[in-house]
Amino acid sequence: MQVAAFWALAVTAVASGVAVFRVDSMARATFALLASFLCVGGLLLLLDLHYLGALVVLMMIMEMLVMAVFMVMYMMNPAGLMPMTMIHNGRWALGISVAVFAALAAGIVLTPWPPRRGAPPDDPTYALGEAIMGPKMLVMMGIGLAILATMIGSVVLSTDRGRYDREDPR
Amino acid sequence: MTPVWTVVALPVALGVLTLLAASGNAVLGAAASGAPAPLRHWDDPLRAAARALVQQRRRTFAADRLLSRVGVVTLPVAALLAAVVLPLGTRAVADWSVGVVWFNAMEVATWAAVWLTGWGPNSAYALVGGYRYLAQGLAYELPHMFALITVALGAGSLNVTRVADAQDGLWFGVWMPVAFAVYLVSALAMAFWGPLAHPVADDVASGAAVELDGPDRLVFAVGRYALLVVAAAAAVPFFLGGGAGPWLPAPVWTLVKTLVVLGALLWAGHRLPVLRMDRFLEFAWIVLIPASLLQMLVVALVVLD
Repeated sequence: MQVAAFWALAVTAVASGVAVFRVDSMARATFALLASFLCVGGLLLLLDLHYLGALVVLMMIMEMLVMAVFMVMYMMNPAGLMPMTMIHNGRWALGISVAVFAALAAGIVLTPWPPRRGAPPDDPTYALGEAIMGPKMLVMMGIGLAILATMIGSVVLSTDRGRYDREDPR
Repeated sequence: MTPVWTVVALPVALGVLTLLAASGNAVLGAAASGAPAPLRHWDDPLRAAARALVQQRRRTFAADRLLSRVGVVTLPVAALLAAVVLPLGTRAVADWSVGVVWFNAMEVATWAAVWLTGWGPNSAYALVGGYRYLAQGLAYELPHMFALITVALGAGSLNVTRVADAQDGLWFGVWMPVAFAVYLVSALAMAFWGPLAHPVADDVASGAAVELDGPDRLVFAVGRYALLVVAAAAAVPFFLGGGAGPWLPAPVWTLVKTLVVLGALLWAGHRLPVLRMDRFLEFAWIVLIPASLLQMLVVALVVLD
């Protein structure tokens, strides 16, 4: 049962990943990518990492919907009425991607992986919280501040009104 | 283990409550418009559903039919999947350790549903509605998440049943009033209902839903009422003590409390004007987010103590 679910999710994830580059509409590409991410969330749930799995589903839906706005906004053909392609520079791109895939796959096979130490925790959610709030606290605080600064910076750059300019008089 | 009856009972209960919500809305609408016998309008949704089943689908030029079907169907499916972690009385269909996160994830799937429904038909007003829902999502989601985190913090668990059990004696709705108020606002927002129905508002000829006809419109409407029901039902374990109450058994109390919250949401839909999205966004970020963060701080101090 678990093995069947794993293969179904894994194959669907890869297939919808391929679909991202085969479809001719930006909206379809966005949602094919979302489907791929949701399958990865399902794989995490299969590993009994319930919190991470549910979180991947939650964040990926929100993130891809915001991404959809930007992807549609920046593309050459927002309405998808004219033919478009996600692939550019075909021959070189093929060569580069095959080389990168081969290098990564060789790395997986050739690396002498260390034997596993320790056992999975009883409650992975609790262990994750301990790690984030304990030894990794400084990193998380740094990342949090960086993300917040990026968000505020991009909003300030993209809006054309200042703090006291009201769009509508009240 | 999960008793088998809950697996059957959940879709049935959701279906009945969805119909009840639609009926109640029709009666409230008739009363508001001054119809002579408003209660006689209880079967209006059934008539509309029967009509929708035999209606032809509207076709638009160069529509992305696959995406709009996916969007329409996602709405009721998301409502049902969000409901599996809610206890029916004392037992949930899926008593998961991270039920609160799961509920949040499924309810966020409506973002995709409404945007896809708006994008699919290749129609300007539908697209405007879809984009409005994304803006609404960015407005309500953060305060909503903070309210849910506050509840989990107060209970010390992400399991919905444990959250309900943690309110022994004092409901979270009583000692976390700000979180409860934020939750009720976001409940209206996630079902794009009443004052937060801007994505399907009249000024864009019912927005995201403008091109839906026949069975598509029926599924979309069912999904929206189901979301409203699930949002109301989730308020019970989160803020109103779950199935706890004197004399009556837990499932009955759960039902009674759900109906009270649902009634309040429906009533708000008829009493409050539709808010413009940019104004709600400003209110959400300047008022609701700081307020919900302060509420979380207070709860954290109480829990730590």
